[in-house]
Amino acid sequence: MSAPLEHLPALAVVVPLMTAPVIVALRRPWAAWLLACGVSWASLFFSVLLLLQVLESGPFSYLMGGWAAPWGIEYRVDQLDAFVLAIVSAIASVVSVYSRKSVEAEIDSERHYLFYAMFVLCLCGLLGMAITGDAFNLFVFLEISSLSTYVLVGMGRDRRALTASLRYLILGTVGATFYVIGIGLAYMMTGTLNMADLAQRLPAMAHTSTVRAALAFLVVGIGLKMAAFPLHAWLPNAYTHAPSAAAALLAGTATKVSVYVFLRIVLGVFGATGLLTALPITQVLMVLALAAMFVCSAVAIWQPDLKRALAYSSVAQIGYILLGIAFLSETGLAAGIVHLFNHAVMKSALFLALGAVALRVGSTRIDAIRGIGRKMPLTMAAVLVAGLSLIGVPLTVGFVSKWYLVEAALTGGMWPVAVLILASSLLAVAYVWRIVEAAWMAPPGPELAHIREAPTAMVLSTWVLAGASVWFGLDATQTMGVARLAAQTLLQGVAP
Amino acid sequence: MTPSTLMLLALLLPLLAVGPILLAGRYPNLREAVSLGAGALLIAVVLGLRSQLADGVVPVLNFGEMLPGLTLRLELEPLGMLFALVAAGLWPVTILYAIGYMRGHHEKNQTRFYAFFAIAIAAAMGIALSGNMLTLFVFYEVLTICTFPLVTHAGTPEAKRAGRTYLGILIGTSIGLQLLAIIATWALAGTLDFAPGGILAGKVSGPLVGVLFALYVFGIGKAALMPFHRWLPAAMVAPTPVSALLHAVAVVKAGVFTVLKVTLYIFGIDLLAENAAADWLVWAAGFTIVAASVVALSKDNLKARLAYSTISQLSYVLLGAAILAPLSVMGAAIHIAAHALGKITLFFAAGAVMVASHKTEISQMAGIGRKMPWTMGAFAIGALSMIGLPPTAGFVSKWYVLSGALQSQQMVAVAVVTLSTLLNAAYFLPIIHSAFFGRAGDDHDHHHDHGEAPLPSVLALCVTAAGTIVLFVLPDQVLALAGALLGRNP
Repeated sequence: MSAPLEHLPALAVVVPLMTAPVIVALRRPWAAWLLACGVSWASLFFSVLLLLQVLESGPFSYLMGGWAAPWGIEYRVDQLDAFVLAIVSAIASVVSVYSRKSVEAEIDSERHYLFYAMFVLCLCGLLGMAITGDAFNLFVFLEISSLSTYVLVGMGRDRRALTASLRYLILGTVGATFYVIGIGLAYMMTGTLNMADLAQRLPAMAHTSTVRAALAFLVVGIGLKMAAFPLHAWLPNAYTHAPSAAAALLAGTATKVSVYVFLRIVLGVFGATGLLTALPITQVLMVLALAAMFVCSAVAIWQPDLKRALAYSSVAQIGYILLGIAFLSETGLAAGIVHLFNHAVMKSALFLALGAVALRVGSTRIDAIRGIGRKMPLTMAAVLVAGLSLIGVPLTVGFVSKWYLVEAALTGGMWPVAVLILASSLLAVAYVWRIVEAAWMAPPGPELAHIREAPTAMVLSTWVLAGASVWFGLDATQTMGVARLAAQTLLQGVAP
Repeated sequence: MTPSTLMLLALLLPLLAVGPILLAGRYPNLREAVSLGAGALLIAVVLGLRSQLADGVVPVLNFGEMLPGLTLRLELEPLGMLFALVAAGLWPVTILYAIGYMRGHHEKNQTRFYAFFAIAIAAAMGIALSGNMLTLFVFYEVLTICTFPLVTHAGTPEAKRAGRTYLGILIGTSIGLQLLAIIATWALAGTLDFAPGGILAGKVSGPLVGVLFALYVFGIGKAALMPFHRWLPAAMVAPTPVSALLHAVAVVKAGVFTVLKVTLYIFGIDLLAENAAADWLVWAAGFTIVAASVVALSKDNLKARLAYSTISQLSYVLLGAAILAPLSVMGAAIHIAAHALGKITLFFAAGAVMVASHKTEISQMAGIGRKMPWTMGAFAIGALSMIGLPPTAGFVSKWYVLSGALQSQQMVAVAVVTLSTLLNAAYFLPIIHSAFFGRAGDDHDHHHDHGEAPLPSVLALCVTAAGTIVLFVLPDQVLALAGALLGRNP
């Protein structure tokens, strides 16, 4: 490999990190946007290169500053990391193109540069979390992404965004603190922060209550960050009141990376201790996941604000991912991992489309969008496609996830769970079809008379993601192949 | 042209027509010409496939993997051929009918109507030609979704409610039950390809076979087995051409066709017989046949009565499959064609009456046969076919189903068929009698003295009525396909 490519793992994080201060220094809105776009696409480029490299030659390590692990910080890239990197940077790239018009409409122009600086910082934090092999370094990136996210949410159009942001700040800080307590306890017992090292040393002390307490803190802390039911209280408000572009970015990436952290820490680091099977963690996870799927899908049906309905749907969809993880089987894990991608694509597409509606109509309430299908046909068609994917109709990515989840449940001998998975997807029919009926099956009211289709850049970005949710549903061999490899690698470290 | 190209063409032709239909939206004559032309071409393509199949060629077309290890593929076999012939053959006839109906009825959004109609036909072709259960399921769901705008065409609150029932039951059963059965099949058998003799033989046994079979049969909501039949009467709010082609032919036949496919190619008759896994279906289908007929008796709205008659007739196919005797399975396959021709005629006639006289209730139709002799004549032929009397197609299929039932000593089935014949006669013959011999009541709105419906509509319903008789006189083609299904010569 040539010299510059050798440093790809570092570049993926350092480039966005260094760009943020530049954006603040430049201050001009268009320059800030251009830089944010450039950085997002550059990280997509790096991520794809990394993914190809991992698929070709297997997992590899990168030592920050040449300091050998476990003393220095190790960046370790395996299939799962590279897959998550690709998801995050792809969503960020699409959202960055989209954000210009949306940000212009929703945020004062003197604060645009702050939005883009935070956007880039958030991206940096998310990518860093996905790539690092050091548990404390992960905490640093977690805080970078969290702090920038609080700011992004707080930039929303009305003052409710501030309370949403504050709530997220408090709960997010509790989560991060729990994480750091857990890591601290593990460090106390092992004297190392390197994940691979931790995974090696922890099994010998698995019987101590310190290690068990560490695991408990970590599960709850990460559970808060990924909005696992019933720790999701911060999410609906944050997604509803954040600026549209920020909501689309967060919906596709933030919770996904937290799920990745869960996989990496709970399965990767604590997998070999045998605690996952000794303690009823998977059983609890399964019950909570099923509860999320039913309760939050049902709540989504009754929300008057569509962004809020989609936010609750996100919590339900996180439930699907956690359910896949809770099976602790290759198929189940692969289903969960592939749903990281699948859900990111379709949910971001939906939030982008709603952002376009918010731009033109000024509201995303269901009674404000009656008949909008005639006025914004392209945007609402994207909602239809991504919505069908959310239901899990064949030829969309949602179907792929559902298929493997059910297969994992059936091969695991848990047919009632399989029935519940399919039954819960029927709730998605209700909350998706409500939108479709409102948008397409009512004549547009007089207040919509002057509504035009959204700007081209917004429609295009929305359709890139909506199209991806069909493309990867038509041929899921690529995504499923990567997910299966990632699941295999993860399961190697899990004690039976 | 190679056989697989022909098959691709059968799938694509209706889809390719969608673009021109939308473009020609402002010129109704051109727009309908596109539909008719595509329909004629489609018939030619399907007939081409028929001759290939007769020569012993089995066209196969792989689209590539959708999920690892699971491909989307088309493969032609006799049952699919039969369904494709029925659906493709009746499409242009229905377009012809729709020209008269939609314009006579001053329906709005006709371009959208013809466009979705073409997509629905493409989906039906996909179902007919599917080479494995995954492909079939994909097209099955596509058919559900693309017929939704047709069902809710009127856009009224009533149509919206009906649309919810339609989508709720069809999507609910297919995702909740059928998909579960498909994934379980995949987990058990490791394949979803249709294979003569079934793919589950030797993989499962005991009560699980019955459970899985029930998941399939109830999961295929389009077959309208009670209690999942409510969507069909609800779908009657659609314009009559939709009720005629989709809810008497393409959609419902896709349902019973899928059940037959599953019976023959997923389970195999032997596996079902060994485990007594289809016995319950004899009762369930029998119940549906009788119960739906009784409900039909009580309906005064003609389309509603026809809808319940359809529910009843669909279960004949299920009954034929459940008896598991080769003859009754043949009867079930023939009934797909026979009922299609008869019921589309009846719906055409009902719609023609609606356009010409604005009458929807049977009690208003006394004496209408004298004003609309062609329409009601065709209606009579269709009704005879429903009852199963010669010289109509319904007689042929009923004969085979009954022979199979007698041969395998299924006296329940024999009793059900006999009873339902009486019930069918009870709810069809009075309509015909009063139409021709009844005295027109004083329905004070003689705002216009109507004659026949528009010519294209009358033409279409005469064609299908003639088809019902032709199928009785010359059943060779259908018999050959149904026989080939079981690997025997007629």
